[in-house]
Amino acid sequence: MIIVPTINLTMAVTVAVLYAVGFYLLLSRSLMRVLIGVVVLGHASNLLLQLAGGPPARPPIVGTDPAAMADPLPQALALTAIVITFALTTFLLALGYRSFVLVGHDEVQDDVEDRRIGRQKADPVGLGSDEGDGDDSDDSDDSADSGAGDRVASTDDAVEATATGERERP
Amino acid sequence: MNAASTIITLPVLLPLLGAAVSVVFARSAMLQRVVGIVVLAAVAALAAVLLVMADTSGPVVASLGGWAAPVGIALVADRLSALLLLVSSLVTLAVLVYAIDQRIADYGRGTASTTFHPMYLMLSAGVSLAYLTGDLFTLFVAFEVMLTASYVLISRRTSATRVRAGMTYVTVSLMSSLLFLTAIALVYAATGTVNLADLAGRMDALPGELRTVLGLMLLVVFGIKAAIVPLHFWLPDSYPNAPGPVAALFAGLLTKVGFYALLRTQTLLFSRDEPWMLMLVLAVATMLVGALGALAQNDLNRLLSFLLVSHIGFMLFGLAVFDPEGVGGAALYAAHHITVLATLFLVSGLITRRTGTVALDQMGGLARTAPGLAVLFAIPAMTLAGLPPTAGFVAKLALLEAGVGVGNAAVAVAAVVMVASLLTLVALVRVWVRVFWGEPRPPLPDDDPDDEVVVGTAATAAPMYAATAGLVAVSLAIAVFAGPLTEITDRAGTDLLDRGPYRVAVLGGAP
Repeated sequence: MIIVPTINLTMAVTVAVLYAVGFYLLLSRSLMRVLIGVVVLGHASNLLLQLAGGPPARPPIVGTDPAAMADPLPQALALTAIVITFALTTFLLALGYRSFVLVGHDEVQDDVEDRRIGRQKADPVGLGSDEGDGDDSDDSDDSADSGAGDRVASTDDAVEATATGERERP
Repeated sequence: MNAASTIITLPVLLPLLGAAVSVVFARSAMLQRVVGIVVLAAVAALAAVLLVMADTSGPVVASLGGWAAPVGIALVADRLSALLLLVSSLVTLAVLVYAIDQRIADYGRGTASTTFHPMYLMLSAGVSLAYLTGDLFTLFVAFEVMLTASYVLISRRTSATRVRAGMTYVTVSLMSSLLFLTAIALVYAATGTVNLADLAGRMDALPGELRTVLGLMLLVVFGIKAAIVPLHFWLPDSYPNAPGPVAALFAGLLTKVGFYALLRTQTLLFSRDEPWMLMLVLAVATMLVGALGALAQNDLNRLLSFLLVSHIGFMLFGLAVFDPEGVGGAALYAAHHITVLATLFLVSGLITRRTGTVALDQMGGLARTAPGLAVLFAIPAMTLAGLPPTAGFVAKLALLEAGVGVGNAAVAVAAVVMVASLLTLVALVRVWVRVFWGEPRPPLPDDDPDDEVVVGTAATAAPMYAATAGLVAVSLAIAVFAGPLTEITDRAGTDLLDRGPYRVAVLGGAP
């Protein structure tokens, strides 16, 4: 038995718009917009789950004719999913707030170590030194290239601190 | 409930109960620790029993609430899930012992952290449920239980660095979960069931294009969770920032649960007769991007994270071959990968504890100052690189043998497997040279004294070494018992592609 839900155009368009809006917001730089994006995406998928259950019908506990009843399973699934998205949204909100308190703005920050390695790639020492015998000349090259002769450049937190210091704050 | 269904539900129920007890007795550090260790040891024992039962008499099935399979939720333990559950629970146990020892070494016996133990056990419950469930939606719930616990573990006591990593991790995981939910809705709309065994039959009846779309959606969902290139970007960004034992747990388990879900759904729902070209391409990309990425790193944990990604590609190769040997080889590789990555992250935690930094260019001479650590690093490193006679070699051999049998494309990818192994070896030799050779350096001061991981201390904790050594022993045991294990995974591979035993066990009667 394959259930083919009769497609309700209004619902289909609504779901499509919700997905589009959700993904668009997820792509933005502000944590608050990302959070709202997650909420909207959650609504979109829950609505899709409802839609998957077929057209509206009588409650499945009334009467004995299965053909007249709505499919209860997607509703149960959606209920579970709503609870989960609700809990995770709350958690994300708390984490976003923590980020705001610690960093002072609500922008998604760059992975500083990744950026540092990206800059360093201009220097071909990387591969050549890998099989080397580990004398310290490579090491001094690396740290000289990694910017301003900064010996702490390779520890994440220190770089994080300088990077957020350089970044203009709103 | 009969004995079999009791045994199969306990690996999920025990950690959940343990988590509840841990919350209630949050002030008693000793009780939390005892509960955690006892529960996880019990789960490991139950998993071993399940593996024996599944191997001798076919999949073990329990219908929850007494509702039979297509309607109710089924828990299923076949060879694959029981084997991975066993390995995972051993790793979880060892990492917990390590974490407890670290806490005792740094803060004394009396103190406890309120959230760590409950969340750790919740994560373990989620992992067990993900392995054992026979239902697509329950798989979603299991992932959520597991991930929610992991969100808390990764963002506890956050500093500014860690909150950024936590944010990336949570957002990406949430997005993949919502995609999973979307995929479930579409699967349900197309077939009217979410039971995996039932789906296996109904998927075959669907039009080919629809099957492809659903298969690709699930591939993207589990691809994010298993860190398949190009969906891997979040992993090297977030894992290295987690505290040592938590990173080890994540590296060992979470991506492999994603891979398990991929393996299960693709073999059961989207069966195919020939090698899977798309997956071969993804496997090559994952192996090479991961290994080359690892070469560029200066941060030990980031390097290990890239190697983790690279070796996910090895398992994908096994899945792409899509014959019993390949799928069985992938299962064996997953079991080996869980232990070896967790071990390496624990060793990295010990190295960091000693040197005070994760930066490779700031360390040196540990072979002289900490020879025990050098041994503990060397064995899993050789295992990961797949040198004989380690478990990595056995697992890789199984994959290569499968690949050579099926055609030119697979042989070419098998060559890439060798290249990726070589690159892994280069990356690990580089770590060895930087960390263990050279002049010993004094430890750097703890650059983040507010977090709970104390680094740069010469005070070693012997039990932490013991826990790591225990994991090394598990990895060696995989090599020693390679024969019987390969036989089990070969049978698991045959079962997975045959699909018959699984469906008969869950649904009853003829498939």
